[in-house]
Amino acid sequence: MPLLTLIVFLPWIGAAFVALLPGRQARGVSLAFSLGTLLLGALLVARGWQDGAAGPEFATVIESRSWIEALGVRYTLGADALSAMLVILTGILSPICLLAAWEVEKGGRGFRALFLLLQGSALGVFLAQDFFLWFVFWELSLVPAFFLIRIWGGAGGARAAYQFFVYTMGGSAFLLFGFAAVYAAMGTADFQSIPADLLAQRLDGLVSGRLSAVPWATLAFLGILLGFAVKAPLFPFHTWMPVTYAEAPAPVSMFLTAIMSKMGVYGFLRILVPLFPAEVQAAAPVLTGLALAGVLAGAFAALVQKDLRRMLAYSSLNHVGYCLLALFVGFLPGQNAYVGTPGILLQMFNHGLSAAALFYLVGILEARSGGRRGLKDFGGLRSVAPVFAGITGVAMFSSLGLPGLNGFVGEFLIFVSVFRGAPWVAAAATLALLATAIFLLTFYQRVFHGPKGDVAQAGFADLSRREILTLAPLVALMLLLGLWPQALLQLINLWILPVP
Amino acid sequence: MSPDYGALLHALLPEACLVVGALVVLALDLSAWARRPAETRFQFAVGAGVLALIVALGLALMVGAPGSVYENVLAVDRLGFGGRIGVILLSLLSLGMATGAPRARHAAEFVAVVLLATVGFTLMATAQQLLLAFLAIELASLSLYVLAGFDKDRPESAEAALKYFLFGGMSAAFLLFGFSIIYGLTGSIEFEEIAFALTLQGMTPLMAMALVMVLVAFGFKAAAAPFHFWAPDVYQGAPAPSAALVASASKLAGIILFARLLWPGLGAVAGNAAMIPATAGWGPVLTTLAGASLVLGNLVALAQSDVRRLLAYSAIAHAGALLLGVIAMDVSGPGPLYYYAATYGIATVGAFGVVGVLQRAGVGPRIADLASLGRRSPLRAACLAVYVLSLAGIPPLAGFFGKFAVFAAAFSLSGLSGPVGWMTLFAILLSAVALYYYLILLKQAYVNRGNESDAPIPVSPATAVALIAAAALLLILGLLPDLVYGLVAG
Amino acid sequence: MSLLPWTIYLSFAGALACTFGGARSAQVARWIALGTTGITWLITLVAAVGFEPAPAMVTLVDVPWIASIGAHYRLAVDGISLALLVLTGLAATTGVLFSWNISDRAGGYFGLYLTLIGGVYGVFLSTDAFLFFVFYEIAIVPKYFLIARWGSTNREYGAMKLVLYSFAGSALVLAGLLWAHATAGGTSFGLDELAFAAARFSRLEQLGMFALLFTGFAVLAGMFPFHTWAPTGHVAAPTAASMLLAGVVMKLGAYGCLRVAMALFPTGLEFWQPTIAWLAVIGIVYAGLVALVQDDFKFVIGYSSVSHMGFVLLGLAAANERALSGAVLQMFSHGVIAGLLFAVVGRLVYDRTHTRRLADLRAMPLHRLMPWAAGVFVIAGLASMGMPGFSGFPAELAILVGAWQVSPVWALAAASGVLVAAAFTLRAMQVCFFGKAGIDEVSDAPVHPYEPITLPEKVGTVLLVAATLLIGLHPDLLFDWILPSLQSPLMQGTLIGGAP
Repeated sequence: MPLLTLIVFLPWIGAAFVALLPGRQARGVSLAFSLGTLLLGALLVARGWQDGAAGPEFATVIESRSWIEALGVRYTLGADALSAMLVILTGILSPICLLAAWEVEKGGRGFRALFLLLQGSALGVFLAQDFFLWFVFWELSLVPAFFLIRIWGGAGGARAAYQFFVYTMGGSAFLLFGFAAVYAAMGTADFQSIPADLLAQRLDGLVSGRLSAVPWATLAFLGILLGFAVKAPLFPFHTWMPVTYAEAPAPVSMFLTAIMSKMGVYGFLRILVPLFPAEVQAAAPVLTGLALAGVLAGAFAALVQKDLRRMLAYSSLNHVGYCLLALFVGFLPGQNAYVGTPGILLQMFNHGLSAAALFYLVGILEARSGGRRGLKDFGGLRSVAPVFAGITGVAMFSSLGLPGLNGFVGEFLIFVSVFRGAPWVAAAATLALLATAIFLLTFYQRVFHGPKGDVAQAGFADLSRREILTLAPLVALMLLLGLWPQALLQLINLWILPVP
Repeated sequence: MSPDYGALLHALLPEACLVVGALVVLALDLSAWARRPAETRFQFAVGAGVLALIVALGLALMVGAPGSVYENVLAVDRLGFGGRIGVILLSLLSLGMATGAPRARHAAEFVAVVLLATVGFTLMATAQQLLLAFLAIELASLSLYVLAGFDKDRPESAEAALKYFLFGGMSAAFLLFGFSIIYGLTGSIEFEEIAFALTLQGMTPLMAMALVMVLVAFGFKAAAAPFHFWAPDVYQGAPAPSAALVASASKLAGIILFARLLWPGLGAVAGNAAMIPATAGWGPVLTTLAGASLVLGNLVALAQSDVRRLLAYSAIAHAGALLLGVIAMDVSGPGPLYYYAATYGIATVGAFGVVGVLQRAGVGPRIADLASLGRRSPLRAACLAVYVLSLAGIPPLAGFFGKFAVFAAAFSLSGLSGPVGWMTLFAILLSAVALYYYLILLKQAYVNRGNESDAPIPVSPATAVALIAAAALLLILGLLPDLVYGLVAG
Repeated sequence: MSLLPWTIYLSFAGALACTFGGARSAQVARWIALGTTGITWLITLVAAVGFEPAPAMVTLVDVPWIASIGAHYRLAVDGISLALLVLTGLAATTGVLFSWNISDRAGGYFGLYLTLIGGVYGVFLSTDAFLFFVFYEIAIVPKYFLIARWGSTNREYGAMKLVLYSFAGSALVLAGLLWAHATAGGTSFGLDELAFAAARFSRLEQLGMFALLFTGFAVLAGMFPFHTWAPTGHVAAPTAASMLLAGVVMKLGAYGCLRVAMALFPTGLEFWQPTIAWLAVIGIVYAGLVALVQDDFKFVIGYSSVSHMGFVLLGLAAANERALSGAVLQMFSHGVIAGLLFAVVGRLVYDRTHTRRLADLRAMPLHRLMPWAAGVFVIAGLASMGMPGFSGFPAELAILVGAWQVSPVWALAAASGVLVAAAFTLRAMQVCFFGKAGIDEVSDAPVHPYEPITLPEKVGTVLLVAATLLIGLHPDLLFDWILPSLQSPLMQGTLIGGAP
């Protein structure tokens, strides 16, 4: 059974069903198809484990057939531990996003169909092993996201959607340029099969004549870097992000921050670093600086936000920044590349959980208060909505990296590896930890404590059963992974690192 | 070698037939038809004229191309043969178009003069001796002066005739002067002997003067700038069938005559305009004239608002292309030149035919008056489209291949490495300008809707036949140009 | 295979039948036109099914035509022309479907339309330069009347400009052909023979002839700075005419560049290569930027056509196997996509709303009023911006890769064009179809204040969308035809771009 193909296309099939079925059934059907990913993801992990049982490795599951022979393009899906983890993450979060969107009534069918399209595209990105196919999913993921933001977004949705699309597309244009280069040099698009040293050699030899002095390999590298930097985002290419996260409907923001930002990080891990290790090494000081800047800028910008969504958006910049920081520090002179990998992967997973939860919770705040989401619009909610306050607290501390919750292990591992490589960087980054603690606590205090604001006075309903159901898996995972990170680390450790 | 009168008579059978036809028409009109109503007389006269032309055509085909006759006075070679066929056909078409134009008041005289003019044309096409050439030109010209002024009701017609006459007389004088110098220099009036003498003498100042004289006359006949001033007024003022004749058969005959005079006759002093540096002779002068005509014709045509004046300036532009063909004739033979002149003639006759029909229906001479022609008279509009597109050089119509062949011939001289090549490139580029004013005509006919109340314009069967015949010829000759080439090339 | 010449004859016969038979009844004219185009399309498809890709041209007809200049009536087909023939059939058929509402002198309209189509078929089939040119010119004049008579905004100006530009271009072509013909001895117009003779021309002659021919053809292909006819012409033209103009007629120019100019004078190509490439790149970016600020919907599409044709020209200039095959694929792809875009804008939107001003359209929530049109435009827009999965992507990718192998600077500049394309397409899509859309206005029940989309229109859009998807997902269909054709003796010389 073509498991990987099924994983990718099941949500799309679901989208077709949803689009064709009567509106009332759309909710259930979409949820079912979305959940399918989780099921298949579990199967994938099981198979990887089983096939790799002979050794300590997660066997890469590959499905490959010829596609466009003229371009040397193959239809190749493959899953190793990294992909499998992200598939699982998507499988967990997508149904939750759909649950969170349970109340979307107007055009709900379209919403759900687009969402399933988005989910499928993201899965495709995580599984495709051939650049062409990968880029198909990479680009296609933009389209449903665009419409979801555009049509169901807030007042500034139109602008946000446009900005989001054009920024990402701009990154993609450079990505395309870089990939055209790789392609032109190697004649193949399967990025698993390209040896980095040969690539560098070929790229440098690609251009003859007057322009041969231009470092084309570096330019190709920069092109690809730019594409991922926008998506992840890497400071200073993040400017599309706050407005997009703020204007998108809450479930979509959840997906954007939890899954889509991981697509960028995944690109770094899967494509950029393996293909251009020398360039990454050369650029590591700058990249580390940028990642650090992202970490700090995210945290401190969040500190001064008055809008809760924007605050969370900057906090996302901060958290994704940790991943990138740990990645790039490994390439600093004298460092052991990939030393931070376990931390990075854990952080990717955990940030997905906590950020999604927080965006959902803020979304609930907004929905109950008629669209208000200012830091000062609330107050005293803990007394009227204790469950809500409790769950928010868990998510918040998870995001903060409190020991015992899931965020801790990842951040800890990251800090350890960063500290080993560049103590000063680690020291600077701790400032961000501090800032994060301050703004999250401010958030908690302003919203849940203090005198009751008019929202609380007007009668703020606590979480409904459905909402609790939506949040329960997240909270459970936060606790589980906090107490037993090995569950995930075992999988992560099976990831065969690319040859540095 | 004594003159062979029998051969001469045989060779001149078509001309004889035309002359007899002219006399018969006159005689019948004075006697048998005298009491008939004007319309009938007109129809009879035209019918008789058409009959005479058809018989002449048959005779010309029968005579074929026996070569030089009567001690080299006449050259009924392939070119002469083709030229005769061509001018007779064009006269035939012009006469056919005349059935649709406003009726001439003295129909028989009109037809007779047309026939006489045709005799002049056929002789021009075959003359290879200075004296006969001049006589033929004069016969044709005098007839055309008369035809141009035939419409006595319109002062423009008289003006056209006068202008034509004055310019024509002047150019005839130049031509005669030039001929006399040539005779004086070479001691002969026969082209072959002139050529022989000139190869020995080469270029002399006096010869240069003679060339100037001849070229002035040629320029006049071909309506090439800067000797074109008569053309717009004559095209505008003359009755449509006369103008058609002036623009078509007369031009074809003139081109053949001068081409024959210049290449075999004066070829030794052609100079060379195809290479850099050019050598003096009539070649560079003709190239210059061609350039001037192309520019002037195409640019001034852009500003015209009168259909006939537009056709006149377009004729000037076409003259430029024809001159290029004359220059290239040495290498490529007369085929391209003849093809161009003949098919251009057909298209122009057709266009004037349509103008004549419209004039009869009271549709004014302005381009704007053509509005909604497509609705009012689909046949005429369609035919007009064919003629105009042929003039513009759109395939598969004959005008395209004419352009193609002439320019190919001009390029075959030396590619783009000399003034002729440059001028050819220039001419090709200007054809895009030309398309503009041609499309303006068609735009009126097809795009502008005009008044919905405008009544349909009737067309007589005879005219319709002539119109369709011209259009069909353009299409057929365009698809199968070798038919025409076959006439003039063995 | 031998049926292919009948596409020409049938089209001309259909033109006559429409002109005379359709003079009284528009319905008769429509059905004649649909029948004719449909049958010709079928012929091309049948030919395509039986087509065996081979590195040679398959001669279909070869009879001496004009002995005095050595012209032959010679029709032949290879993979490149076959691809474009199929495109012509498709564009022609759908064009008729989108002209179904023409009732004013429909006979004349379809007569001219079919004449144009016949000329286009002829060009793609001829391998005798004279014949090629004859058909090329036959295709020019009908455009004038189609636009001037049945067009809209500023139609007479647009029509005249378009035709004069085309004709001026063809004048250059004529000059180049005559020069080459004369220099070769004036005995043949066969492309093979001319190419053979051309190798012995002096360098200066080759450069000059190439410049004349290429510039002449490139005018019709919309090469910067000779592109200005295209937007005005497209805007003025009736829907089907703009579809054909952008879809097929611009391809005539590009095809001429490839089949005549480049095939005959590789030396000239080598010399002019950088110039052409830069003009192409400028065209891509400049036209894209201009499209970004247009207020007339059709102008946006018109400039986008110029931008996309820039890719074709870039592919031609790069002149290696990959870029050339990409260029041909892009010709096909743009033919379909531009047709689709013009269909939506001209027929679906303009004919119903009677405005094309973006400012006016912004006020109408068209995605609700015309869901079909909006949906189709979204698809077409995505395809147009080079979204993977649609035909434009493999084409542009192949061109970029090919360009990379010659000069990465071109690839870089062209890649930025992709971004511009995304920006202007998105802008048009946003403004026109989602102008006032907010979540409140989204409804599952479509509202139809405008005349509903008719069946012919639906069929037409479905055909075009299917074509772009089919080629997007399976570009090998066309690549398999194109690549061997580039190895034919005639085309081989054009492959000067080099490969690694």
